[in-house]
Amino acid sequence: MTATKTDAPTTAPGEQPADETEPVGSARSERLSALVQQHGALAVLVIVSLVASLSFDSFATGDNVSNMATSSAFLAIVALGMTFVIITGGIDLSVGSLFALGGVLAAWGSRHGTLVALLLPLAVCGLIGVVNGLLVARSRLAPFIVTLAAMLGARGVMLALTDEGAETYLIGKDSFLADLGQGSTLGVGNPVWVTLALFVAGAVVLRRTRFGQHVYAVGGNEDAAALMGAPVARTKVLVYTLSGLLAGLAGALNAAWLASGVTILGGGMELEAISAVVIGGTLLTGGLGHVSGSLVGVLLLKVIQNVINQIGSLDSSYQQVVSGAFLAVVVIAQTWLGRRRRLG
Amino acid sequence: MAPPAEVLAVRGLSKTFPGVRALDGVDLTLHPGEVHALIGENGAGKSTLIKVLTGVHRPDAGDITFQGRPVAFSTPMEAQKAGISTIYQEVNLIPLLSVARNLFLGREPRTRLGLLDFGRMHREADEALRAHGVRVDVRQPLRTLGVGAQQMVALARAVATDARVVIMDEPTSSLEPREVETLFSVIRRLRESGIAVVYVSHRLDELYAVCETVTVLRDGRRVHHGRLADLDRLGLVSTMLGRDMGEVRSEGLTKFTGDHHAAAGEPVLQATGLTVPHRLHGVSVGIRPGEVVGLGGLLGSGRTETAKAISGALPLRSGDVVVAGAPLRGGSTPAAIRAGISLLPEDRKSEGIVPGLSVRENIALAALPRLSRFGLVSEARVDAVVDTFVRRLRIKASSPHQKVGELSGGNQQKVLLARWLAMNPKVLLLDEPTRGIDVGAKAEVQKLVDELAADGLGVLLISSDLEELIEGSDRVVVLKDGAVVGELTGDDVTEDKLMRTIAGDPPAPGAVEVAATDD
Repeated sequence: MTATKTDAPTTAPGEQPADETEPVGSARSERLSALVQQHGALAVLVIVSLVASLSFDSFATGDNVSNMATSSAFLAIVALGMTFVIITGGIDLSVGSLFALGGVLAAWGSRHGTLVALLLPLAVCGLIGVVNGLLVARSRLAPFIVTLAAMLGARGVMLALTDEGAETYLIGKDSFLADLGQGSTLGVGNPVWVTLALFVAGAVVLRRTRFGQHVYAVGGNEDAAALMGAPVARTKVLVYTLSGLLAGLAGALNAAWLASGVTILGGGMELEAISAVVIGGTLLTGGLGHVSGSLVGVLLLKVIQNVINQIGSLDSSYQQVVSGAFLAVVVIAQTWLGRRRRLG
Repeated sequence: MAPPAEVLAVRGLSKTFPGVRALDGVDLTLHPGEVHALIGENGAGKSTLIKVLTGVHRPDAGDITFQGRPVAFSTPMEAQKAGISTIYQEVNLIPLLSVARNLFLGREPRTRLGLLDFGRMHREADEALRAHGVRVDVRQPLRTLGVGAQQMVALARAVATDARVVIMDEPTSSLEPREVETLFSVIRRLRESGIAVVYVSHRLDELYAVCETVTVLRDGRRVHHGRLADLDRLGLVSTMLGRDMGEVRSEGLTKFTGDHHAAAGEPVLQATGLTVPHRLHGVSVGIRPGEVVGLGGLLGSGRTETAKAISGALPLRSGDVVVAGAPLRGGSTPAAIRAGISLLPEDRKSEGIVPGLSVRENIALAALPRLSRFGLVSEARVDAVVDTFVRRLRIKASSPHQKVGELSGGNQQKVLLARWLAMNPKVLLLDEPTRGIDVGAKAEVQKLVDELAADGLGVLLISSDLEELIEGSDRVVVLKDGAVVGELTGDDVTEDKLMRTIAGDPPAPGAVEVAATDD
């Protein structure tokens, strides 16, 4: 038979052409939301700092600022690694323990010279990061559990090294390590310079290298990234390794600053770092964020702490109340903006 | 002159998943510049074949020769680098990244320092998209584009990677007619430049518009291949569905009595002009009490969507659902359930049973509000309901406390049916009620459907099993591309007429007397 095709009417009367292709939201509101998301924390930081310097004479002094900068430096380095992890959609709870372990290892190793004191924590913490990454990427375990285990394990190793914290290793004066932690260049503490250098490098890596693109791609849509040929597993291993390395380095620098490996440090630091990253505009669900935001987040947390210290009458416990409340506000704002922008 | 060498040759490809033989010795040959239609119903093996070709799955047996060399891709990246790109049905890009970054992910242009060259990236992205008739700001996140434009970005990405073979898996499912035209012109350009295209679609018009050759898969095997022009629509549909037009058929293969139910009176369900963007275009269906209405059509024709739209699981752009004379608020499943509509979903595992719970708990799940008072569940009432349905549906379980996950597929289906019957529905929407269950259970489910209709329920039956659809339904409404293209009633409810309607062929009077040799 002949295939006389009479096309059946596929359009029913009264049908309207679907117009689902119009872009979601106008470009202007899109840009505005993006601006608030990325730089909202910076605006708040500027406002809080301005108000603080007008209210307290002791806030905008050279001593106080340099103090804040140095004490921010260590958390900032940890938050830098955390930013990469969170942009891939992961989380790293082990960084607080690695920070403490890195400090102890640096102090312990300092008797063998500065090189050992720096390389030992980097090697050990980096290795733990690699294991975290392999378990998350290859064994497909939940990052939360994997890094929780690493957090407990690393703390155990550190306690074993220090005889349950009874032994404290000191870092001798006049070493390069002590200078790295305690000295200053052009009036700015050396840890601050190290931190700034790391952030510049981090920003370049994240924004301008293929690895950086893959970090965003994995967090944005892991399955699609894999189908598009991005090395998903390798990217994940690398971000956890980076996070471990940076936590170890921050710990070592902190020990150099304090001239000893203090075992009680680092507890809860992972949560502080996560808060700073989120406050800085990085989405906890991954795919969006920037290292400069995390730096701003760290500074904001530290400034709030400092301001509450300045108000002599307030118990320092309120630091945490304010930080917590602030984090809640940021997350609510992010979710709200995200819904407007349909981030998911 | 020798015929042009094949760009891709697949021989004897097999792939088995636990319990399913997804591919069984499949062959496929592609020449440069060939646009090849790959078709088959659900479960025919198309997706598995594509996934093997693109390195997502590894075959158990068989070999793939690409550009004269044997290949075995272990990741999508390898396949892409070799020159096989894929566009997936759902846009598979990264919404938060910019359009340009999506286009270049994995092969970003770099400066001498090894850093990304954004200037070049944006320029080239812009050019690539303009070539496909898309004008957007490539710096904007992909998310800000419409679905059609996103699909064009995926297309531009696929063809920009020096592909020799481009696989398109239902690329038009979210495109506007205008965008489909753009896609076709891109495909023609690909053909001219010697790129082979594998085109997967259920839309017959599209296949005949762009494809020269065709491979039909059924149950993991290649059942037909050759020039598409040599096969008319009816032939294509019957090959796909596994029905030989000259085949002698005997009736009574199913357990349906074949009697038409005494359907009378006002419709218990009247759905009018159901419209869901890209899915349904003004579908109307009416069901009277005691009537079994079949929904016919190919995969993707809108059968499942119609059932979901009626049950409130898909938000409607427009259209009304009236149950027993009372209009239903659209887009609300609870409202539909309250009104007496029950949907037995297509995918038992993901949308139906809770395998870790017992038979009793699974049956009572939806009806709990009816079986409880002041928020407390009445155990006695649950027992009564469970007991009734276990007996009535002949559910074979060691006890009502056996976990549903341990039951056979057929019994799981019966448990689901019991769950919805416990709601005392007026209308039962059955989406592939007998898929994947054994013959005995299938017969029992079919018998049950008959009994339920005889009890006065209105039933909407969706089935890819033509016999089941024909023998089980009093009427068959035929869908194609999301619209009603015909309705078969009375003696017209035959496989022949059904396939002609699906294919869009008018029945040629006296041309084929299929039943002539029937006893």
